[in-house]
Amino acid sequence: MLLYGLKRLLHVIPVAFGVSIVCFMLIHIAPGDPLAAILPSDASAELQAQMRSFYGLDRPLIVQYGLWIWRALHGDLGVSIATGRSVSGEIAAASVNSIILAIAATLIGFTLGSFLGFLAGVFRGGLVDRLASGISMLGVSVPHYWLGMVLVIVFSVHLGWLPAMGGGPGGSDGRAVGWDYIRYLVLPAITMSVIPMGIIARTIRSLVADILSQDFTQALAAKGLMTRQILRHVIRNAAPTAISVMGLQLGYLLGGSILIETVFSWPGTGFLLNGAIFTRDLPVLQGTILVLAMFFVLVNLIVDVVQGTIDPRIQRS
Amino acid sequence: MMNPMIEIDNLSVTFNRGRKPVQAVNGVSLSVKTGEVVALLGESGSGKSVTMRSLLRLHPKGTTITGRMQVAGHDVTALSARQIADFRGAVASMVFQEPRLALDPVYTLGDQITEAIMRHEKLGRNEAFERALALFEKVRIPSPERRLKTYPHEMSGGMLQRAMIAMALACNPRVLLADEPTTALDATVQIQILLLIRELQAEYGLSVIFVTHDIGVAAEVADRIAVMYAGRIVEEGAVADIIRNPQHPYTQGLLGARVELAGHRDRLVTIPGAPPDLADMPKGCAFAPRCVRVMEACGQAVPPLTGTKGAGQVACLHYA
Ligand SMILES: Nc1ncnc2c1ncn2[C@@H]1O[C@H](COP(=O)(O)OP(=O)(O)O)[C@@H](O)[C@H]1O
Ligand code: SF4
Ligand SMILES: [Mg+2]
Repeated sequence: MLLYGLKRLLHVIPVAFGVSIVCFMLIHIAPGDPLAAILPSDASAELQAQMRSFYGLDRPLIVQYGLWIWRALHGDLGVSIATGRSVSGEIAAASVNSIILAIAATLIGFTLGSFLGFLAGVFRGGLVDRLASGISMLGVSVPHYWLGMVLVIVFSVHLGWLPAMGGGPGGSDGRAVGWDYIRYLVLPAITMSVIPMGIIARTIRSLVADILSQDFTQALAAKGLMTRQILRHVIRNAAPTAISVMGLQLGYLLGGSILIETVFSWPGTGFLLNGAIFTRDLPVLQGTILVLAMFFVLVNLIVDVVQGTIDPRIQRS
Repeated sequence: MMNPMIEIDNLSVTFNRGRKPVQAVNGVSLSVKTGEVVALLGESGSGKSVTMRSLLRLHPKGTTITGRMQVAGHDVTALSARQIADFRGAVASMVFQEPRLALDPVYTLGDQITEAIMRHEKLGRNEAFERALALFEKVRIPSPERRLKTYPHEMSGGMLQRAMIAMALACNPRVLLADEPTTALDATVQIQILLLIRELQAEYGLSVIFVTHDIGVAAEVADRIAVMYAGRIVEEGAVADIIRNPQHPYTQGLLGARVELAGHRDRLVTIPGAPPDLADMPKGCAFAPRCVRVMEACGQAVPPLTGTKGAGQVACLHYA
């Protein structure tokens, strides 16, 4: 087990290295001079050269990369051109928001998804199954931004119950617990929850159907248990898989979502990235992509190892 | 005369799930006296398990059951959902073929047994656990206290089947339905389990239906044997009569297969051919396509069970 984890970790190192190179090269691949965003267009050649050496852009690429990665490893991703604040600070604040959104969305998705999937599995083939499966299918296939906008139109514009955008009262800074803040979370969390809901519902449906087809459920009936008591056994059998699927979904959502965060102006990493793209804030762009990419590499590693633990057959391949 | 403990009268079971209805049981009648062991013998797919599950009404929804089943004075087909649940495990209980599949993998054995006890009797958890411990001792599971706290995957097949038997007997049922309880086990373990069931049956005066496809096992465990083919009972009688003087060509074939095996030939001689499609049963005797004594009349009508010279019954035109 430990060996398998270490082996997977070794595989990850070259991937992480490649990702860092791509992030670094962004600055040079992106059309236009990286300095164009900082300097006025009529800046003198002298000033340009000065800035170029200030940012180290006059040195060989390999040296630039070495310096950049060295600083990045020490948590220094530079300074945002737009706000002047440190990039790592911006990313840290945005990550907290993305994590809050991801947890809320996963909890909603898991609760609804388990419920629908359980009903569908128990009443497999019947009307309840078709209804529940239909809802979860819809959850996976409906476009996010569309659902988000519909929710905004209904609940913010028409009913005026919930705010349409933002991370909290008085801008995105500072978090507290309380309805004043949770109000802002409701719509984006519901929008984000439909994907894990659909996936969890489908997983649990087939899981429950499979458990119910096993001999032991008939043996439970044979000793006189009532349906309610048998279903308790079914739930306990389904729980480990259901929870690990939930963990996976949480892992994927933690990275944030550009679409949803942009629709609701939710100040997470996706929103940060979107802003950086439009303001050509290269340090923020570079830093956010690097952190998110590393995060996904990590999530995939954890997923692999966790699945290897659940199913020993995976390890052999 | 006392009423029999189990009385099955003209039972038919049809599954309606697939494209064509499957007639798994076609008019089975069987009675078992108090304290009697009857072996239900037949090839795989002949409807033995379906007959057993009917006695506890364990079939999926939409299954058609006709005929009458009387068990310890209960009219099984007439019981309400609540009543049949009270009946299962308390009046009649079942031991399954694969103990590893018939036990819940995520509950300890102790929890599974105490759950059954507390379902039927007003006992606290501790008292139920004490009862479970006594049962484990009764079925001779070594270090019973520790074994009660283990999960099914931590025990061997033989030990699990002992636990299954303990669970089946937990609420002092009158009837034990054992569906091939030794088939999944090693030969030496098989014999131990057979002996255990016989011993407990005698001690508690249980009425037992013991399903098997092995005529040797049937002879070992039973007082009477009922031979099943394609959802019907084709011969029935005392063990000694069936073994020494089988009447039905199918029973003769089963015994023949056994004799060849005992004679250390390198080939197990089974009856050539396969049982009929239960979704498309022939009009006459279901065994006709494989029967060595087939006659023209065999294809016309199903031969009825009729009394033989001994105390048994046989369903074959040669004896009609
Ligand atoms: N729930 C079910 N739905 C449809 N067919 C079934 C079901 N249970 C059993 N059968 C069919 O009934 C026939 C008899 O099965 P069974 O009683 O299990 O045979 P055996 O004598 O080996 O125990 C088989 O052809 C089987 O496929
Ligand atoms: S009735 Fe005919 S086919 Fe059927 S067992 Fe007897 S002889 Fe064979
Ligand atoms: Mg069977």
